[in-house]
Amino acid sequence: MNKAKGKIEIDPARCKGCRLCIWACPQQIIKTVDEADRRGIQIAYCPEDALCTACGFCYMICPDAAIAVYKKETAKDFSE
Amino acid sequence: MQRMKRVYAKPKAMTEVPFPYCPGCSHGTIHRLVAEVIDELEIADRAIGITSAGCSVRNWRQFDCDMVMALHGRGPAVATGLKRAQPDAVIFTYQGDGDMAAIGTAEIVHAASRCERITVIYVNNGVFGATGGQQAPTTLIGQPTTSYPAGRDPRTSGYPLKMAEMLSTVSPESYIARASVHNVKNIIKAKKAIRKAFLVQIKDSGFGLAEILAACPTNWRMDPVGCMDKIKSDVIAYYPLGEFSSQMKLNPEESLEQSEGENRDRPGTL
Repeated sequence: MNKAKGKIEIDPARCKGCRLCIWACPQQIIKTVDEADRRGIQIAYCPEDALCTACGFCYMICPDAAIAVYKKETAKDFSE
Repeated sequence: MQRMKRVYAKPKAMTEVPFPYCPGCSHGTIHRLVAEVIDELEIADRAIGITSAGCSVRNWRQFDCDMVMALHGRGPAVATGLKRAQPDAVIFTYQGDGDMAAIGTAEIVHAASRCERITVIYVNNGVFGATGGQQAPTTLIGQPTTSYPAGRDPRTSGYPLKMAEMLSTVSPESYIARASVHNVKNIIKAKKAIRKAFLVQIKDSGFGLAEILAACPTNWRMDPVGCMDKIKSDVIAYYPLGEFSSQMKLNPEESLEQSEGENRDRPGTL
């Protein structure tokens, strides 16, 4: 069973590979891809969603608004 | 399959056009904060932004609200005219330090002293970024720039201008604050400062200015993470953070707490 509390999505068209999300992530789970894209940018991606806590630090620090953060719905969300 | 709820995402008041700035530039962070505040206050249909000359000159492509382009440094003068012609509109200017602290000093000082009901977002990164990193009035003492490679010398170039402190002395009805975007905690504080700068205008209680300390990785010749450390260690030491205009602090504070509860469930809201 997937125990992830959250996950992030990084828009590859907006990411400029500044690595601030990698620096800000408290879980240190964001990495850059090995191969640069056609703009010459190594974009960020998150290979281990299992450790993501949906804290939103990467979203807050991202200067390009490239990151969307999703959080697992709890029983409280269903009751609403 | 677990269900996921989106908690943070690009605000609605921002268009799909990617930012034209260099990697790690703080302009993008500040654009997003302004767009989030526009969303939360639900003023996108009556907000009119004024762009400045500088790196942020084409930010009408990023904001999904009406935008007007002013002459270099003349944003507060254009904002004054717009606000007097349309008192119901929410007018904000987005200016850098080259625009507001250099060529536009006269306009901003008189707009502040008249306590115009406008909001000014002032981005202070200490260099003229768009033209290649020349020395600005806000460049720190000893900071090398392309026009002064040996660093700023106060004997020939003077001392860096502290705009927030300066304007708070001439503007009795105002909300003037300085914040920074060098880490998540300070980004949240910067958003609150921008929000109050908008609220002070919406409540018709005064002039609002949020000075945001920003990084320019290209012209500081540093990587984006190094820039964040430089802001923390060097820039804040000269430009202290805080709220400088106290007269109108109470009214926006009250309304801030009321409106925060209503918008808590929306994406991108703290």
